[in-house]
This record gives sequence, C-alpha cells and structure tokens, in this order.
Amino acid sequence: MGPNGAGKTTTISMLATLLKPTSGEASVNGFNIKTQKDNVRKSIGIVFQDPSLDEELTAYENMDFHGRLYRIPRVIRTEKIKELLKLVELNERKNDLVKKFSGGMRRRLEIARGLMHEPKALFLDEPTLGLDPQTRNHIWEYIQRLSKEKNVTIILTTHYMEEADKLCDRVAIIDKGKIIALNTPRNLKDGIGGDLITVETPDAESLRSRIEEFPWFKSSKQHDSFITVNVVDAEKHVAKIAKISCDSDIEIKSITVHKPTLEDVFLHFTGRTIREEEAGSGEHIRMVHRARKRR
Amino acid sequence: MDVIYTIWLRNVKRYLRSKSRIIGSLGMPIFFLLTLGFGLNSVISVPGMEHDYIRFLIPGIVAMSVLFTSVFSGIQIIWDKQFGFLKETLVAPVSRVEIMLGQTLGGATTALIQGLIILVFSLFLGGSVSSVTGFLVAILFMVLIGLSFTALGIAFASPMEDMHGFQLIMNFVIFPVFGLSGAVFPISTLPPFLRYLTYIDPLTYGVEGIRAGLLGTSQINPLVCFFALVGFATFMIFLGGYLFKKMKV
Repeated sequence: MGPNGAGKTTTISMLATLLKPTSGEASVNGFNIKTQKDNVRKSIGIVFQDPSLDEELTAYENMDFHGRLYRIPRVIRTEKIKELLKLVELNERKNDLVKKFSGGMRRRLEIARGLMHEPKALFLDEPTLGLDPQTRNHIWEYIQRLSKEKNVTIILTTHYMEEADKLCDRVAIIDKGKIIALNTPRNLKDGIGGDLITVETPDAESLRSRIEEFPWFKSSKQHDSFITVNVVDAEKHVAKIAKISCDSDIEIKSITVHKPTLEDVFLHFTGRTIREEEAGSGEHIRMVHRARKRR
Repeated sequence: MDVIYTIWLRNVKRYLRSKSRIIGSLGMPIFFLLTLGFGLNSVISVPGMEHDYIRFLIPGIVAMSVLFTSVFSGIQIIWDKQFGFLKETLVAPVSRVEIMLGQTLGGATTALIQGLIILVFSLFLGGSVSSVTGFLVAILFMVLIGLSFTALGIAFASPMEDMHGFQLIMNFVIFPVFGLSGAVFPISTLPPFLRYLTYIDPLTYGVEGIRAGLLGTSQINPLVCFFALVGFATFMIFLGGYLFKKMKV
C-alpha cells in the first residue's frame, strides 16, 4: 500500500523480472530474480495495472495463448481453461471477443489467466483501479476465494485503504521507495494507539472524572463540551460509558466512535494523508485515460 | 518451437479477423496497378523486354504490397506495447528471441497472403504465371521480403514508445525503399548515380527476384537476388532480435 509514485509497480516489475534492480537482492519462491529469471517466471502469475489482454481474441483464445506460452500440455490446458473460466464466471462468454467485455470482466479474465500455470504467487497490481464499487466488491470476493481455494500467495498493491484492510493478512506501507511499516492490519492499527470515543455532554467535567476511575481507561482529552476517550476495543466500552453517565445523571447529546483506519496508520508513518499526496499528481487524468482504454 | 508457433498463430488469427485491414491494405497496390498499369501501358515499352508495361509492373506491385504489410506487421508491436499485451508475453518463461521470431514469421505470413491476393487479382489484368517453378520462385522471394521487412519493422518499433514515429518511417524509409527498388521502372536505363542507389536498396533484389519468377526474365540474375536478399533478411532478423531483446517495457 502506498501513494502514487511510491514504488509499488516498480517493486512488482522487479519481482516479476521485467525490470532490473539497480541494487540489492530479492528472491521469489526461493529463486533469485536476477539469476534465475525463468524459474521465477514459472512461479508467478501476474495481473498488470494496465489491461494486458488481446482484444481481438476471444476469452478462450487469450487463455489458450497463455497456456501455450507456459508450455502446458493440451489436455491439461483445455481442462484448466474450463475450470478457471467457470471460477470467474466467464465460461458462458468464452467465445466472445475481449473487446466486447466490460472492465470488470476483463479483470476477472486476467486473474483467471494469471492462475493458469498454477503459480505459487499471484501478483495483482492495483486490481480494482478504475472499477465501480459494485465490480470492485465482486473482484474482492474472487480474490478472497482464490487465496482460500487455490492455496496461492497473493500479493496485491493498492492505494485504497479499505481494500488493503479487507483483503490482506499482512500490509506493507511503502513510501518514496521504502517499506516503512509491515504488519497485520490489526496490529498496524493497534500500534498507533487505541480507539477513540468522543462524547458530547454539557457536563463534560464530571463525566470525565467518573470515567477516569475505571481500569480500561487509557487517556482522555476535553474540548468544550466534548470529551475524547482513548480506549482499546471501543465497541465494548460505549455501553459502559452510557451506563456511567446514566447512573450519574449526566446528559449525553451524542457519542461517536472512531476506530483507527489504515489511513490513520499511513498518516502516522508518513505525516501526511494519501489524499494530500494525490492532489495535483495527475491522478484524475490517468483515471480518465484508463477508463477510456478499458471502455 | 511451440512458442514461435503460438505467437505466429496469434498474428495470423488477428490478421484474418480484421477484414478492414485486409481490404484497406489492398487498396493502394490495386490503385497503383490500375492507374500506372493502364495509364502508362500504351506509352511505355520496357527496353529489352517484349512484355507490356503492365506485366512488367505486376511483380513490383506484388513486392510493394508485401513490403507495406510486413513493415506494418512489425510496427504492430508498438500497439501490443501500448495495449499492454506485450508485457503478458514478456513475463512468460520464454526467451525474447522466440517471441521475436514468432512475430517475424507471423508478419511474413500475412504479407505473403496479401501479396498472393494481389497476384491473383493481377491475373485478371493480363498478368500470367510463366511456370510452376517460376511461381514457387516468386513465392520464395515474397517470403524473403516479408521476413526482412517484418524484422525491420520490429527493429524500428522496439525502441519506440508510441506511434508518433510511424509517419517518419513511412516517409523516410518505406517510400524511398519502394520508390528506388525498380518496382515501377526498369533500372538498367537509369542514370548511374540513381542506379547505384537502387543497387543498395534491398527491395530491388526482391522485385527482380519476383520478376524472374513470374516473367522468366529479369535485369539482375535471380541467384544474385537470392543471396543479396537472404543476407539482408538474416541481418535484419539479427538486428531486430537484438533491439527487441534490449527493449524496455
């Protein structure tokens, strides 16, 4: 995960042996990416950020082309194509030209294609960029299913925080070419401090002093009629806070719970938000361009 | 071999599917055949040849359509680059040389088909094929032109990022190659400085080779043509392969 230009695609390109690293070592499935290129290539499947299908060929032919390039024998090839096209629900459209496909269908086909030679690792470079929310959810479901059913390591890059949060067991935050944090989404979020509960009440002072007596209390801040309480597991403590105020006859106007998101994590590690990063980075133009390409 | 065949197959499939491309690239050669052929037939007699001008012209126009189709097929890898398909091919565990050879053979095949269509068409305009051997000789030279110039297209396309350079190649490479090849005029009567230019134009040997096959007479010995063109094809395939290998995606 990281902003545009952080080095996500460059990292993937290097791991996929398309780009020579200027320095350092890396290995995929135990094979050195500089000296054992062919073995690395056999071990990985990849879905590029930009579409990489032949539009003038049918879905089946695109799959078949891939299978032949990876020297999969004909019998296995035909079987695999059928199985994978069913998995991504494109078997009915297998004889249609790819140029008639929507953006989401193309993505699905690319994912199926990337799995054909049974790679140990599947790289997905921004798999949902430029897709509508519905299609995005759909793709997420496929990705989750794949990692379970196919027992394949999936490495995906994204700059959508929720995508990383929802799909990934481990998240690395990359910025300016360096990985600055690597952990489970949960640990990353917990690592920057617990949840925040903000209570609005006319009698902030006394409520605060009542809450501070409890052992689960970590710290709090007060601002006019708002108290912000820092706790672990906010959901469990909202009710308690409500009960305390009720017991002490303190009126509550509103309660909001804020769980730290990966966005907060990112902010914590880089000192700025991804949105700020993107302002003026030409992202919009790029998106329009991509949308046009995908049609 | 599988890989070369796979790339070849894709090229041929794409070609056969794009009807507009087939018809579109027939337009210019047929136009040349009709206008030059009929327009100049009565005013030009080719020295040293008893044939009509139109029969002299036909091998030149066949060579022309092979030339244009093959360069275009080679240049096509720019589209593959832009539409991202090339990456899919390059990330597979196959050598780039295989990919380049598949592409070259595919381009040469489509160019040969295109040339044959023109040849068949020309039969209706008074053209003829002298013998089976002659026909095979003509095909051999068409294949050699196809291989050379698809490889040339790939060589040009490899370092190019987009199609902006295409016009440049058309105007400064392809048209001069065609114009200087003696496709539309006999080279033996040219002033010396121009004649030497035609001798360094590889297409000259292709045109003369096809002419030797179809008409049975030519201004350059067919064997000379054969070796000159095989040499050029080999050179271009090596150069194209080298540049394709160095290409960045």
